[in-house]
Parts: sequence; C-alpha cells; structure tokens
Amino acid sequence: MSKNEIAISIKGLYKVFGNRSKKMVTHLKNGVSKADLLDKYHHVVGLKDINIDIPAHQISVIMGLSGSGKSTLIRHINRLIEPTAGSIDIYGENVLSMSKGTLREFRRHKVAMVFQKFGLHVHKTVAENVAYGLVIQGMSLKKAKQKSSKWLIRVGLEGFENHYPSQLSGGMQQRVGLARALATDADILLMDEAFSALDPLIRTDMQDILLNLQQELHKTIVFITHDLDEALRIGDSIAILRDGEIIQQGSPQDIILKPDDEYIVDFIQDVNRGRVIQIKSVMDKGVSIEGPNFHQNMVLEDILPEIVKSTQQMVNVTNDQNQVIGSVDLKTVASAIAKPVIQSNNNANYTQSSSTELT
Amino acid sequence: MDFLGKFPAMSRGELRDFKKGIDSSFSEFTSEHGEAIESFFDPLLHFLVWFEKLLLATPWPLILLIIGVFSWLGSRSVKIVIGAVLAFVAIGYFGMWKDTMSTLAIVSVATLICISIGIPIGILMARSKYAQAFFTPLLDVMQTIPAFVYLIPVVMLLGIGKVPGLIAVCIYALPPIVRLTNLGIRLVSKEALEAADAFGTNYRQRLFGVQIPLALPNIFAGINQTIMMALSMVVIASMIGVAGLGVPVLRSISNQYLALGLLNGLAIVALAIIFDRVTQQYGKRLQKHRHGDLHE
Ligand SMILES: Nc1ncnc2c1ncn2[C@@H]1O[C@H](COP(=O)(O)OP(=O)(O)OP(=O)(O)O)[C@@H](O)[C@H]1O
Ligand SMILES: [Mg+2]
Repeated sequence: MSKNEIAISIKGLYKVFGNRSKKMVTHLKNGVSKADLLDKYHHVVGLKDINIDIPAHQISVIMGLSGSGKSTLIRHINRLIEPTAGSIDIYGENVLSMSKGTLREFRRHKVAMVFQKFGLHVHKTVAENVAYGLVIQGMSLKKAKQKSSKWLIRVGLEGFENHYPSQLSGGMQQRVGLARALATDADILLMDEAFSALDPLIRTDMQDILLNLQQELHKTIVFITHDLDEALRIGDSIAILRDGEIIQQGSPQDIILKPDDEYIVDFIQDVNRGRVIQIKSVMDKGVSIEGPNFHQNMVLEDILPEIVKSTQQMVNVTNDQNQVIGSVDLKTVASAIAKPVIQSNNNANYTQSSSTELT
Repeated sequence: MDFLGKFPAMSRGELRDFKKGIDSSFSEFTSEHGEAIESFFDPLLHFLVWFEKLLLATPWPLILLIIGVFSWLGSRSVKIVIGAVLAFVAIGYFGMWKDTMSTLAIVSVATLICISIGIPIGILMARSKYAQAFFTPLLDVMQTIPAFVYLIPVVMLLGIGKVPGLIAVCIYALPPIVRLTNLGIRLVSKEALEAADAFGTNYRQRLFGVQIPLALPNIFAGINQTIMMALSMVVIASMIGVAGLGVPVLRSISNQYLALGLLNGLAIVALAIIFDRVTQQYGKRLQKHRHGDLHE
C-alpha cells in the first residue's frame, strides 16, 4: 500500500444554501464576504473554497466548532449533499458526474457512514441493522446476517443479536452503527461525530475499538469531531474548519506546535501538551550526546523523568531502526510543555487576513 | 336601498334552469353509462355476496372460534377474547346473528377496499407535495359532506343495493387510513432515512424496508379509525338496501320499537368495541420495540 495514495480529492468546493446559490458563489469568488451574503442576499455559506486531499488508509480528522460546516463537508463525500461548485474525486472517479444508479452502487460498496445520532433502524434487531448494508447490496437477509456476524462479534455485540436498538445503551448502539458500516467492506468510512454523543469513558472505549480495527483494516477514515483530544488521539492528520473554510491542515504535532492562528491557539490551549507532543517534533536534529536513547514517538510527559534522571539532563532520540537522529534537553521539553508557540510569520498572516475580514 | 336589503340572487327561473340543467345532464350520463358502471362493480358485488353467504353458512360455533382466535392473535389478551366471544353469544341469543353476519361482511369488505385504495394514496401523498395538495381538500370534503348528499348521485347511478351502500361506506371511511399513512411516512425520522440513503438504498427498499415499517403504528391507527367509521355508517347504508343491523334500527325508528332499536344499536356498539380493542392492542404491540420492552 503506497503511503501517499490519495483516496479523496476535493477541489474548490463551495456550498451555499439558498435558491440562487450558483450566483452567490460568483459573489464569493469576487470577494463578497459571508456576512454580506447573509445580510444582503439572504444566503448562508456552508462551505467556501475547500481544497483537501485525503490520504488512503489513514484516519483523517476534520475538526471545528458547532456550525463550522463539518457535517456539510463530510456529506459531500458520498453526495448526500450536492455541492454548489467544485469537484470531488474518489480514487480518481468523479463523484459529481455519477448517475443516480452509479451513485447508489458507489454508496453500497465504496463508502460507509457512521452517524452522530446513530441512525439505526429501530424496527430492526441488532443483527438486522448490522446486515442492512449487505441486504441493500442484494443479499438475502439470512446470508447477510451470516456474513456480517463477524463484525457484530468484533465490536463486542455477541449475544445482543436479537435485541432492538432501544434496548441498548448509547455506546452499544454506536457499536451497531460501526458494525453496520464495517460489514459492507467499503474502503472509505465516514464518521460524523460518531462518538460525540457518548460519555467520556465510553467514548475512549470506542476510540480504542476504532484504533484497534484500523491497525488491521487500514481503511480510509474521515473522522469528524469537535473534540481536540479525540482528534489528537486518533488522527493521523487533522484539518481545522472554521466558518466553512479550512484554516489549517497538518499532523497533530503540527497543529499543536505550529498553530496557524489565534482561533487554533484557543482550540489547543487546554490540551495536555506533554501527553501529545512527541520528542521527534522538538528535538535538535543531528545533535547527539553520550546518554540513554529513546524512540522518537515517545511523548514529552513520559520522557521528562528520564531526562531529569540522566546525568546531562539530555537524552538521544532514535528512529525505527534504532539509529540516533537527534537529542532533546530539559529546557526544550519544559518550554514545549509550557505554552503554545505561535509561529511569528503565520501570526502576521492571521492578523492580515482577519483585518481584511473585518472591514 | 333595496339592493342592500336583499341579496342579488339569480332569478327563480334562472336558478330552476340551472338546477334542471345539472339534473338532466346527470340523468343523461346515468342512462348512458349506468349499466357500464354497474357491470364494472359486478366483481365487487359477487365478492360481497359470496363473503356474506360464507359467513351465514358457517356454523355458529366455528364463527365463535374464529372470533376468539382473531381476538387472541390481535390483542394477546384473555380478557378481550372472553369479552368478544361473550358479546357474540349475547348477539346470537337475542336473535341478531344473521344481521350481525351481514354487517360484519360489509364492514370487512369496506375495510379491505379502503386499505387497498387508501394506503397507496397515502404513500403517494407522502412522496409528492402535489399529490398532497390535490388529495387533502378531497379528503376534507369526503369527511364533512353529509352522507345523504353523496347518496343521491350514487343511488341515481347504481340504484338501491349492496354496491351503492358499500361505496357510500367507503367514501366515509377512506380518509383516516389515507391521512394516517401519509402522516406516518412523513414522521419517519430524518436520521433513519439518511442512514438508508448513505448505504445506497433505492426507492423500493426505502419504502418497504424503512418508511412503511416505521409508519406501521400510524397506519394501524388509520385502519382502526376506518373500521370505526365504516361501522358508524351501517344505519345509513341500510337506507339504500344494505342488509344488516341497520335495517332493524331503521324499522324501530319508523315504528317506535324501543327495545329492538336499543338491542341492535348495542350490537353495533359491541362490534365497534371489539374491533377497536383488538386493533389497538395490535397497534401497541407493533410499537413495542420503540419503548425498549423486551421482545418475546
Ligand atoms: N439545509 C440548510 N439550510 C441552510 N443552512 C444550513 C443547512 N444545513 C446547514 N446549514 C448551515 O451551515 C452551517 C454548517 O452546518 P453543519 O451542520 O455542517 O455544521 P457542523 O459543523 O456539522 O455543526 P455541529 O457540530 O453542530 O454538527 C451552519 O451555519 C448551518 O446553519
Ligand atoms: Mg454536524
């Protein structure tokens, strides 16, 4: 599996809600602001000029506050929502040019979805819900139940086959939702705040289940959340959405260490940085010392006691091949844990763009 | 002054000609197409007659057994089963068995017709706002227009008999099943439908796999209402030649037979209560999985 393969490519995507949405996109492109569009033309901008390449076989997180357009964006990927302008390609296939029939086949086999409110069918048993996608593909219910039962077991629902969704807790219901999505063997999994409705402990459980499954399945997962801890925990990459625009994309380390603007700084200020930042992100490249070696993916919190223990208050960083690639000292670790660092050049950018927005 | 005091109506002659025009063109229509329309309804007549004869030919203990079994299947309640059987025993004992069977026949056939016409119309209304805009006022008229008014053209067309009676009953009993089917489908949650769409569900799979099953409790409430309204039309239907419990009621009105009227009236009430309890219990059981009760 090639690491850089792009699964979903979204280019110049706009979504405006209203009767004359096409015209509104022209206005937007000509520099009319979203506030003006609402005041003068009474059109709501859902998404504005989204450009994003989602890599295959990874978990890509899209994060943003309520109303930032997350649900709108993810529903464009399987065309539950029609865009106003732009293009969406999935493994090179143009989703927007698909006929109704092709789109149905695409949804049946290529892309599955998990919903915030679970979207289960309350008149069907757990087993019937999990088998749903296969039945829609044309399989008999009996065969679909057989084939999907391994997913039902995999998410820990054994013994609940004949229960109805209303008899299950929220966490259990979302397991049904997850198993239903996995059962169709679709490569792409769309998860719209799939765990947001769950209690913190159960949410962590579900994240573990997902990460576990992912190690084995290597699906292309688009995961929506408004929770930064969740994003950092499961995301291989994170895109941040604000008011319908993507304002930063990068690895979790990038987001934490180099937030592009104050909105993101606000977002990340409550994060336990020591538990997220890996030593490879803050090390002095190439500098090595006499001392203990530690793997590059260790987080600051875990390395701190080791550094304090070491004679030079400094340790080496190694890669997967156990070669030393750099080092970190106490001061670097401490300052990385201490405060969000805004890259000065990006910050200048931010003030500029925000001032144009205000006028 | 005179203008304001008296509404500027058509002159008496004009009005007479207007009404005459309508009447004569309808009689013309009747004499031209009446027979064709009558023969169109022939299969229905045969079915109704056959069903009525079947009920009458069936030995009464067997009917009691069937009543018991149906009540049990519908309600799963011993109380309701006993009540239903006892009611039928009383009906038989007071000499109303034959009329009750006739009433049962027409109500059953009318309900079947209403279901088979009403559910598809309800589905259509839920699907298209144009269909909804077309049928809603029609249903309003059907429910509010006095039955005697539509009896006139029906009788002119088809004469007196079972079929016009059946049509009159159906006109009155059809609206609830249509309305509640439409409502039930429209009330299906957006989440359930979105999930269905996301998995590539086509129209048929969506309708029969998601919308109708989820609308079923409402559809069933509609069937219940339809049965009740059909029963309430029994007396009026008997005015145009439908046999059953309505006939003795009519007779007791004109002859002031208090006891006869009361007994037959109570028999209609008993039928209504049995049908209502059984179908309601069944509807409740359909909804069970929504409330988290353990399923048997
Ligand atoms: N059908 C619609 N018509 C008009 N405006 C809409 C419609 N759907 C969404 N919007 C608007 O688009 C914006 C983005 O909505 P969206 O549901 O995508 O946000 P979200 O990020 O998913 O929020 P949440 O976290 O609350 O789910 C909101 O301002 C919303 O009001
Ligand atoms: Mg949302």
